[in-house]
Amino acid sequence: MLEEAETSTEGDLIVNIGPQHPSTHGVLHLLVTLNGETVKKVDPHLGYIHRSIEKMCESLSYRQFIYVTSRMDYLSSHINNHGCALCVEKGLQIEVPMRAQVIRVLMDELTRIASHCLWWGALAMDVGALTPFFHAFREREVINDIMEQTCGARLTMNYQVPGGVMFDLHPDFQKQVKEFIKLFKSKIDEYDELVTYNSIFIYRMKGVGYISKEDAISYGCTGPTARGSGVSCDVRKLYPYENYSQISFEEPLESAGDCYARYLVRMKELRQSLAIVEQLIDNIPEGDFQAKTKAVLKLPKGEFYSRVETARGEFGVYIVSEGATTPYRIRFRSPGFSNLSALDHMARGQKIGDLVAIMGTLDLVIPDIDR
Amino acid sequence: MNKDELKVALAVLDNSISFDESGEWINMNVESASWLPFAGQLKENSELKFDFLFCLTCVDWKTHLSMVYHLTSTAHRHSIVVKSKLDRSKPEIESVSHIWRTAEFHEREQYEMFGVKFLNHPDLRLLILPDGWEGKFPMRKDFEDPVNMIKL
Amino acid sequence: MLSLEKITNGIHVWLNSAFSPFTALLFEFLIVGILCITLFAVLGLILVLMERKVSAYMQIRLGPNRVGPKGMFQTVADTLKLLLKEGLTPKGADRFLFNLAPFVVMIAAMLLLAPIAFAKNFQIWDVNIGVLYVSAVSSIAVIGILIAGWSSNNKYSLLGAMRSGAQIVSYELSAGLSILVIVILVGSLKISDIIASQQTGWWIFKGHIPVWIAFVTFIVAVTAETNRAPFDLAEAESELTAGFHTEYSGMKFALFFLAEYINIFIVCAIGATLFLGGWMPFHISNWTGFNQIMDYIPSSIWFFGKTFFLIFVIMWFRWTFPRLRIDQLLNLEWKYLLPISMLNLMVVTLIAIMGWHF
Repeated sequence: MLEEAETSTEGDLIVNIGPQHPSTHGVLHLLVTLNGETVKKVDPHLGYIHRSIEKMCESLSYRQFIYVTSRMDYLSSHINNHGCALCVEKGLQIEVPMRAQVIRVLMDELTRIASHCLWWGALAMDVGALTPFFHAFREREVINDIMEQTCGARLTMNYQVPGGVMFDLHPDFQKQVKEFIKLFKSKIDEYDELVTYNSIFIYRMKGVGYISKEDAISYGCTGPTARGSGVSCDVRKLYPYENYSQISFEEPLESAGDCYARYLVRMKELRQSLAIVEQLIDNIPEGDFQAKTKAVLKLPKGEFYSRVETARGEFGVYIVSEGATTPYRIRFRSPGFSNLSALDHMARGQKIGDLVAIMGTLDLVIPDIDR
Repeated sequence: MNKDELKVALAVLDNSISFDESGEWINMNVESASWLPFAGQLKENSELKFDFLFCLTCVDWKTHLSMVYHLTSTAHRHSIVVKSKLDRSKPEIESVSHIWRTAEFHEREQYEMFGVKFLNHPDLRLLILPDGWEGKFPMRKDFEDPVNMIKL
Repeated sequence: MLSLEKITNGIHVWLNSAFSPFTALLFEFLIVGILCITLFAVLGLILVLMERKVSAYMQIRLGPNRVGPKGMFQTVADTLKLLLKEGLTPKGADRFLFNLAPFVVMIAAMLLLAPIAFAKNFQIWDVNIGVLYVSAVSSIAVIGILIAGWSSNNKYSLLGAMRSGAQIVSYELSAGLSILVIVILVGSLKISDIIASQQTGWWIFKGHIPVWIAFVTFIVAVTAETNRAPFDLAEAESELTAGFHTEYSGMKFALFFLAEYINIFIVCAIGATLFLGGWMPFHISNWTGFNQIMDYIPSSIWFFGKTFFLIFVIMWFRWTFPRLRIDQLLNLEWKYLLPISMLNLMVVTLIAIMGWHF
């Protein structure tokens, strides 16, 4: 049985962090029970940005509901769209042309790099180093410009549709991505020098927020949160989709289970994503960018589940269909929801300053949690 | 383990469950009363070892509710889906949050959205809905909100 | 060259000839007081703008550049804004102490201007216990901070004030011990003696390793004493409390804000005086031509140059390093800096007794 939450004894302070707070990434309301400087219990109150997306999708068609998912985890919007498109394609047995697959993977990995850049800047800012934030956004702007040329939007890019992608690549895409690769290689080294090897930063991160491998699996943590504790859970490796099985990349694993391990995992992921982009950018096959599909999609009766690896972990789409033009029930398994449930476990017994560091390394995006 | 071996191993555990192999994974239907011991065995049995509950859903079929649990094993890399039918007027099922800790939050969400009562849950209260929410369960099919819901 | 001591001498002589000695003294008090306040205001202006511009260039952006040419009048605008803001006193706060706190901090900062030598023979008060005076008076600021935190009637302010207080009091020890290193080498507490002893070379060059250790300890300790990053947990925005000055607004907040920057100036001035030679120009022995060119630059420029260099280094720290947690901060002081400073002091005492230094 879970240990009973210790009832407030004399001298305990219950403090609200958020919902408006500079270091909760989004509107997260935490009720923290403090004993002096030590955290005794963390109780998240969610729902400040709940938009009842699952209920809305029950009245949207299979082409329409994908647009809503960009707004869930807005930092990995391409990857969310990808997950939904994969589920619909699974139901309709659509074969996606090779060119579309490669474009999808390229966009996914660029999104992952952009998301990790923002995570890095925000984490450094929470811990107190205020400069890396600006450096991270400088690189993110380059990726946003590339996305804007092809997809038309900088944040919620509704580009991946059932059957392929919506438009073909911009003619300048290859050139710009190659320039970006060259630029970013030197920048990752800069990031390492600035933050990763900084002794004050290591002092703040090492030994803080420990979660063991079994607990990480039990709490349902996925993505870099679990990989920091040694759980091998990369969806791209275990259940490969698109042409991930033909690309060579590594899944970074650390065994320490503390904040610094999760940080190192994400820094390595940045390099791996860059390697994937480098492998693919010269070998985009010719062909269609979208398979021929009917205008109105009707999934057959049944249940379909697809999963993709977003920047935060495993994103799952579960569609229950009754044969109509709208889904009967959609469930989005968001990675942040399960990662957040481990926050209480990780933060007990730590100091209040560590709580901020732990939240930073969990990489929470609250719209993803609240849906 | 592939589908056939799994089916054999699962049937050994509890021979009152029924199988449905139409989907990608084995689907099992379990009585809500016998869910808790079955879940314990799913986790403990060394051949099955389902230690990762990755999706917990409730679906509102208009005549009854149905709980769906997606489980996978990180050791053996096989997955199953467990379903359980619940009575619409009194939906109750045992909580599995002490077996898979992730269920704590997921069950709270399904409780507030569908009204499923999870017995022996350590802290069953509203998670996403605002405190003091008076009203019916939003995700059920018969939820009406003439002010906020627009029928397309 | 423009020699400030000639001006001061001239004024002194003229005043004494025109009035009785007592009135002349009163007039001198008045002039010095006005100059002090002006220096405060001007320094505040310059330092706030410098912080914003320096931080901006380090963060690859431009900083204030609209108000005045290159944003020079930004601080004037900021000060006007703070003057016009409503100064709230929270209900339940101790009125007298609440209003007193900023003034205590300000007065401590102002008193510290007295023994600093801004240029050759240009000190307000060359007291014979100069260094001890500085050490002692800077401790009074802690009282102001604790008063501010307690009288705000706000548990978060009190928390922040206690943390600040603990931090400042701990780091004063290390700062004091590093100052003592120089005092032992010079043999006098008087500021003008310390500067005069650096005629043959600044202590940072003459003293070698013990003085380098003392210098580094001094810089770390004064960064912590003035609540600057990486030791600014008490006022960090992304932590729980906003520190002891949460409840202050308007002019009273402006006084705290200003006092923080003046404190930085003063501790850097002390550092420049003790370790970098004060207003002494940079001489390399036997290079007479070079030395003469160096002498040509007025001593006030030397002093301000060195001080602003140290201020720049302290500002650089803020935008480069992450923050230390409160227990790590106190750990650093009590377990590392204090033993190192004490050992250093013993080594320097040995050197001074045996006469092994220059």
